[in-house]
Amino acid sequence: MTADKTVRGDTAFEPKIIGFLCNWCSYAGADKAGTAQSPYPPNVNVIRVMCSGRIDPQFVMKAFEQGADGVIILACHPGDCHYKEGNYRAAQRYRLLLQLLEPFGIERERCRFDFVSAGEGDKFVQVITEMVETVRALGPLIIPA
Amino acid sequence: MADKPKLSMYWAAACGGCEIALVNLNEKILDVDAAFDFMFCPCLLDTKKKDIEALPDGAIAITLFNGAIRTAENEEMACLLRKKSQTLIAFGSCSAEGCIPGLANFHTRDDLMKAVYLDNATIDNPGNIIPRPETEVAEGTLQLPAFYDRVRTLAQVTDVDFFIPGCPPEPHQIWNVVSAVIAGAPLPPKGGVLGAGRSAVCEECDRKKEDKKIAKLFRTYELVPGKEACLLEQGLICMGIATRDGCGALCPKVNMPCTGCYGPPEGVLDQGAKMVAALGSIIDIGDTKGLAEEEIFRRIDAVFGSIPDYAGMFYKYSLPGSILKGRIS
Repeated sequence: MTADKTVRGDTAFEPKIIGFLCNWCSYAGADKAGTAQSPYPPNVNVIRVMCSGRIDPQFVMKAFEQGADGVIILACHPGDCHYKEGNYRAAQRYRLLLQLLEPFGIERERCRFDFVSAGEGDKFVQVITEMVETVRALGPLIIPA
Repeated sequence: MADKPKLSMYWAAACGGCEIALVNLNEKILDVDAAFDFMFCPCLLDTKKKDIEALPDGAIAITLFNGAIRTAENEEMACLLRKKSQTLIAFGSCSAEGCIPGLANFHTRDDLMKAVYLDNATIDNPGNIIPRPETEVAEGTLQLPAFYDRVRTLAQVTDVDFFIPGCPPEPHQIWNVVSAVIAGAPLPPKGGVLGAGRSAVCEECDRKKEDKKIAKLFRTYELVPGKEACLLEQGLICMGIATRDGCGALCPKVNMPCTGCYGPPEGVLDQGAKMVAALGSIIDIGDTKGLAEEEIFRRIDAVFGSIPDYAGMFYKYSLPGSILKGRIS
């Protein structure tokens, strides 16, 4: 998976980003962007989870280890969680995970958390676009063999 | 004497505590001696490396290898003992998952050398001398084993048959393993963990566990915990929830939070990430109804803010064995 990586600053670098999207809000938001045929960068590989609270921080570590340059977690807005409080759990894990990633040398911008509801196709496009540009500017994440 | 199976024990990047744990078998060490020819252990015996090299391959029945792989010498001895042993056991946290020496993986080798040989307040090194694999002197070339960029676990450099976790492994668990081998009891499949449970330390901990809602986290010195309730519920970061059982929950029994020395439970790849998962679900940031999203983040950060070094705490024993293994850039 690291074969397509190029050096920092090379314009040929296309970030590989893993997106964990909650089934009820954010995935539906992505669908909305798709239905509306809104263009957005194709760099995010979406993994649908039943709830953002299901996202084990090990998934994020594993994504980076397997060659992701960035990971984005999208959850329901506070109060909208289908399971009442899964998104609060996810937010708490995310804030703590950021503290863990820093000493590993992984910039905090490589792991983003945001809220996208089922109606927010436009916000999905905006968040994804920002994320791809941020990671593109950071360059590839190279894991030593 | 010669008919007894050979038992050896070696230390790589380790502190010597694993040898102490073995000696802490107390009088049962005599049973070990009766069943095995304990023939190699640099901490306790005078056998040399050349004596090991002279043995036929597979001549040693069991080698207990403690210590992480930090230098070329550690790796050489690991590979030598692998060749000479029928069963190679990663003994103790250092060889199983890297342990305290493995925390160095949060820094580069150059940073370590600088901190230890140049910047340390108690160091007087006017010539700025740093150990190198080869040094030219008038008499010739002096050699030191190479110091690797990263600490690795035993299984990351050679084939390991079993793992005995713990810092150090508890003597009663060492005895469980040794007595099972002496009795000829069937061992688990290769790659399995011996001398420990499969679940979490909480399983063995007698403290009363209720619904967990933590509004404030304390460092160990800031709080004298109550004797009954779960330490985590009292706001101390007890790693028992993300740590393999088998020790008998010794630390929580004496009011000290578990620091995670038995490594992750069965099926968990990354003890630190699992601890994040666990803590993330039990923090109570109060009534959040109607609060702005930034305010929610601010409240979460305020609760977590009282602890200075989560990575060092959560990966105290398991960094080289974790998913990312250490600093990546």
